[in-house]
Amino acid sequence: MLIPALVLLALFVFVPFLLSFQFSFTNERLMPGPIPARWLGLQNYGRVLTDPEFWTAVRNTVYFAVVVIPVQLSLSLGSALLLNSKIKGLAIFRSIAILPLLMPMTVIVTIWAALYRTPDGLLNSAYQTLFHTLSYIDWLGDPAVAMISIIVLSIWASFPFQMLIYLAGLQEVPQDRYEAAAIDGFGQWDVFRHVTLPGLRNTNVFVVIITTIGALSLFTQVNILTGGGPNDATLTIIQYMFSKGYSAQKIGFASAVGIIFFVTVASLSVAQRLLAKNED
Amino acid sequence: MKTLKYVFALAVTAAILVPLMMMVTLSLNPDKSEVMSIMGSWRAFVPTTIAFDNYAAVWSDPFHPFGRYLANTVFIAATSIVLSIFVNSAAAFSLAWGSGRYRRWLVLLIVAVLAVPGESIVLAQLKIVSALGLIDTYAVQILPSIANAFFIFLFYQFFTKLPKDLIEAARVDGFDLFRIYWHIGLPSSKPLIVTVATLHFLGIWNSYLWPIMVTRGEDVRPLSVGMSAYFGSNLTSWGNVMAFAVCMALPVVLFFLIVQRHFIASITGSSIKG
Repeated sequence: MLIPALVLLALFVFVPFLLSFQFSFTNERLMPGPIPARWLGLQNYGRVLTDPEFWTAVRNTVYFAVVVIPVQLSLSLGSALLLNSKIKGLAIFRSIAILPLLMPMTVIVTIWAALYRTPDGLLNSAYQTLFHTLSYIDWLGDPAVAMISIIVLSIWASFPFQMLIYLAGLQEVPQDRYEAAAIDGFGQWDVFRHVTLPGLRNTNVFVVIITTIGALSLFTQVNILTGGGPNDATLTIIQYMFSKGYSAQKIGFASAVGIIFFVTVASLSVAQRLLAKNED
Repeated sequence: MKTLKYVFALAVTAAILVPLMMMVTLSLNPDKSEVMSIMGSWRAFVPTTIAFDNYAAVWSDPFHPFGRYLANTVFIAATSIVLSIFVNSAAAFSLAWGSGRYRRWLVLLIVAVLAVPGESIVLAQLKIVSALGLIDTYAVQILPSIANAFFIFLFYQFFTKLPKDLIEAARVDGFDLFRIYWHIGLPSSKPLIVTVATLHFLGIWNSYLWPIMVTRGEDVRPLSVGMSAYFGSNLTSWGNVMAFAVCMALPVVLFFLIVQRHFIASITGSSIKG
């Protein structure tokens, strides 16, 4: 009964994992050439870590994560709190709020490409009306703005998932703590700070980690909308790995990028486990 | 405070609905140049023309066969989801109730796999499927997604909570492990099957990196890649592009809105912590 799963995991996870390590020490290429791949030792890692483009990708990815995580978490927690409070008309709000989660990313990207259109898309009309100006913003073509545009669409696309996880977390906060707080005459803000937030601790750790991993894996939006440009302004780690490994076919080099990415993400997952354990 | 809540709810609602209304409105307007000129105005959000020419164009485009993309996606998703449910639950049941001391190590190994992001090994996977000659097939889009450490883990957690007496009683009656799984384990895990099917569907529905690397032509490509290819080659026909987007998104959105309760339970069911 274990065999089908183990064979498939071996073929598509264990072996590729080991191969990634092996490739990262060689000059392996996507299409096998007449000359077999050569062992390079740590050269690929040295080249990745001294490539200014790689560090641009790291900087962009970290910038994306640092902005997206707090904004997306507050937005999803806010929406979850709203759904958890007893206000009329919320069933409709819930149905609307989960819509982005039901849309495939490639469709979302297409819709936002229309909104970001230069010079006459909706966002430019809004900008021109708001600031009484005839100038416009090149949302995806201006290096100073492009990443922010990617951030906005990414938050739109993925906050409902975190919202649902928070909603489940809120239902697990013991009801008697709220009752005790009400007896003690706590205001709404104090209830949130002293009852809701501590009760959500484990949910928070989980949500922060999945949001971080999701943010660090940013690829689809960038690949379709900007391809990492303009001027590498939206180049992310995975887009960098993709262009080196797939487009330029340098699997050895790109595998070193993949391993660096793996080590980063795996340490975050371990950190989550340790943080969650401390709670118990 | 209450006003503040309504303001927040309205702001979020508007932010979500405006782009979606634009998608629908533009898709219903067959006049290409008019679409371009109204994209920044209120008329991009309230349909003033309703015609289905764009939809007809999408369905009859010879270079981007929507029907074919759709059939590919349905086939890939259905096959992968069904196989994934059986393969992962059977493995998990065997880990939970089988004999053999290696099981503890395997569980640890499965948990370790959870920490490996798919992106980090995707190039080596590509190398393997190329060597196997699987490029540009359905198999290459189905096989790698079947066994899933996270799903095994979810099933494992569920099966370990089954009452021991029940399993032992079945054993005494002479049932072997597979029959206990088939008659007791699998039927008892229905809610989890829904969760796994939902999550797996969303995964396939959103997958992009893998299908663009392993497919070349329209024959086996899924809708997600079809959407971005269609978008890339129809940059001035926004009406058509939006019609493509609606055709792709609408059935799924409607389906999940109808089964919303199960859908939400499925998503939150995935946050069980180990």
